[in-house]
Amino acid sequence: MASIDALQKEIIEDFSMFEDWMGKYEHLIEFGKSLSPLDDQYKTEDYEVKGCQAKVWLHTEIVDGKLVFEADSDAIITKGIIGLLVHVLSDHEVDEILNTNLYFIDEIGIKEHLSPTRSNGLVSMIKQMKIYALGYKAKA
Amino acid sequence: MRTSGERCSSKSWITSTQVKNNKLETLEEANTIAVMALDPNKIRADFPILDQEVNGYPLVYLDNGASSQKPKAVIDTISKYYEHEHSNIHRGVHTLSGKATEKYELVRGKVRKLINAAHEHEIIFTRGTTESINLLASSLGRSAISEGDEIIVSELEHHSNIVPWQLLCEKSGAKLKVIPVDDNGNLELGAYDELLNDKTRIVSVAHVSNTLGTVLPLKEIVEKAHDQGALVVIDGAQAVPHMSVDVQDLNCDFYCFSSHKMFGPTGVGVLYGKEDLLNELPPYHGGGNMISRVTFEKTEYNELPHKFEAGTPNIAGGMGLGAAIDYIEALGYENIEAYERDLLSYALQKLKGIEGLRLIGEPEEQACVISFLLGEHHPSDVGAILDRQGIAVRTGHHCTQPLMDRYGIAGTVRASFSFYNTKEEVDILVAGIEKARSMLG
Ligand SMILES: Cc1ncc(COP(=O)(O)O)c(C=O)c1O
Repeated sequence: MASIDALQKEIIEDFSMFEDWMGKYEHLIEFGKSLSPLDDQYKTEDYEVKGCQAKVWLHTEIVDGKLVFEADSDAIITKGIIGLLVHVLSDHEVDEILNTNLYFIDEIGIKEHLSPTRSNGLVSMIKQMKIYALGYKAKA
Repeated sequence: MRTSGERCSSKSWITSTQVKNNKLETLEEANTIAVMALDPNKIRADFPILDQEVNGYPLVYLDNGASSQKPKAVIDTISKYYEHEHSNIHRGVHTLSGKATEKYELVRGKVRKLINAAHEHEIIFTRGTTESINLLASSLGRSAISEGDEIIVSELEHHSNIVPWQLLCEKSGAKLKVIPVDDNGNLELGAYDELLNDKTRIVSVAHVSNTLGTVLPLKEIVEKAHDQGALVVIDGAQAVPHMSVDVQDLNCDFYCFSSHKMFGPTGVGVLYGKEDLLNELPPYHGGGNMISRVTFEKTEYNELPHKFEAGTPNIAGGMGLGAAIDYIEALGYENIEAYERDLLSYALQKLKGIEGLRLIGEPEEQACVISFLLGEHHPSDVGAILDRQGIAVRTGHHCTQPLMDRYGIAGTVRASFSFYNTKEEVDILVAGIEKARSMLG
C-alpha cells in the first residue's frame, strides 16, 4: 500500500491535467460515480457526518491493524470529494493518519471551487476521520 | 390595494407582448405603458454590486429571496448618516440628536404609507421578521394564550414562523395546528376551515412562500380567522419586495417584514400591529426608550410605538430602509409587479423546456420565486455547478423543512428574482442548468 504522502502526490498529478474548473469538476464527478456505494446499513444517522448540506455517511473499521474508511453521499460532487479523502487516508495505520497533513486539497485547485458550505463540510469530514483515528488509538 | 384577482386585469399588468398583440385599444394607453415599463438596464446601474464577475463570469444574482441587493441611494444614505448625521435618537436635546430623531421618525411615516397602516405608531421597528414574530409570540404568549388554546400555521412556513410558536406552545400548553399544502403548493383551505374553531387564538401564515413563491389568499384566511375571534399574524418577508401591501385592506392584525429583503440594509425590520391590539400587548424587551417612568416599585411603559422599542435602535439601518422605500416608490409597485410577472412567466416557460427539470410547486398565484429539481441530482450539485458559472441560487431546504418533508425531498434549487433581473439572466440560468445536466450525467 502506498503511503498517504504518495497517494496525495498521485491525486495532485491527476488533477494537474485539467486546466479549468469544468475539467476538474467532471473528473471529480466521474471519480464519485466510480466509487462503490456504502452498504445501506451504514447510511443511518449514527454514521452521518454533520455540517454538510448534502448527506454524508462515514463508516470505519480496523482491518489487519489498519484503519479502513468507507464513505458515501447523496450528492455526487460531495461524494467525489470525500472519495478522494477516503482514497488517501483509508487502509493506513492510525498514527500515519493522525500525523498527516492533507495538502492535496489545496493543491488540486478545487478548494477555491468549493462553496463555503461545501468546504465547511470538508472540514467536518476530515475532523470526523481524525476523531475516529484518535478513538481507535485510545482504545488500542 | 388590488386584490390578486383584480391585479391581472389592471392596466399595470399589461405586458409588452400584449402591446405587440394589439390588445391595447388606444395610443394613449400604449403611451402610459411605455412610460411605466421598467428599464432593467437603468435599474441595474443603481445597484453597484451587480456589476462584477464571480468565478470569471458576470454575476447573475438569483438569491433575492435570501437577501436582495442595495441600490446606491441606500448605501449613500447610510454613509451620509454616519459621516454627517449620527447621534442617538429620542433623548438628546442637542441639534444633531434632534435632526436624527426627526429623520428616523420620518422613516416610520414612510413605512406606514408603504403598507397603508392607519397610524404611524402602529409601525414598530425591530431587527427583522424573525424578531417581529418572536416579539408577538412572546407578548401574545403572556397576554392571550393559555393551555388548550390553538395556534394555526401552515405547512409552507419559514422556520421563523414555526419555531417561535412552538416555543410558546411548549411553555403555555397551547397546541400548534398546521394547514396542509397541496401538490401544487397551494394551501388546502378546506382543511383550514376544519382546523378553525373557538379555541383558535392565533393564525400565523406567510404572505408569500419563500420556497415555492405561493401567494396566499390572505383576505379569505383573515376573514375566517376573525369569524372565530382569532388574531392573524402575517409573515410578509417575501411579499414586500414584490408587491404592494395594504394592511388595512387585508385587515390582518399584525404584519412582519425585513428591510434586507426589500433593498434596505440588514438588521432592521418592521412589526405592524393594529393600534388597540398593540396597546393591550405587554412589552417584549425592557430597557431605555420603552419606559415613561421607572421606579424600583413599578415602571410605566412608554406609549406606542416606543413601548416595543427598547434600547438604541439600528438608526442607520432605519435611514437605509427609508431610502429603500423611496426607491421602491419611485419605481412603483405596479411597474414592479408587471415587470416581475413578465419575467416569471418567461422563466417558467424556459425552465419547463429543460429535460428532466421538475418544478416544485406550481401555485395558482406565484411571486417571482421558483423552486426546482433537476433529474435525480442533488440540489447542492446543481447549485455548485451554477455557482462556478457566476450564478447565485440557493440550494437546500430554505428554512422550510416541514415543507420539504411534505414533498418527500431534502431540498430544492431556488431561483428568486427581483426587478433588476433580466430575461438575459434567465437565459444564462437555463444554459447553466443545461451545463449542470450534461456534467452530472
Ligand atoms: C418567509 C420568510 N419569513 C421569515 C424570514 C426571516 O427573515 P429574517 O431572517 O430577515 O428575520 C424569511 C427569510 O428568509 C422568510 O423568507
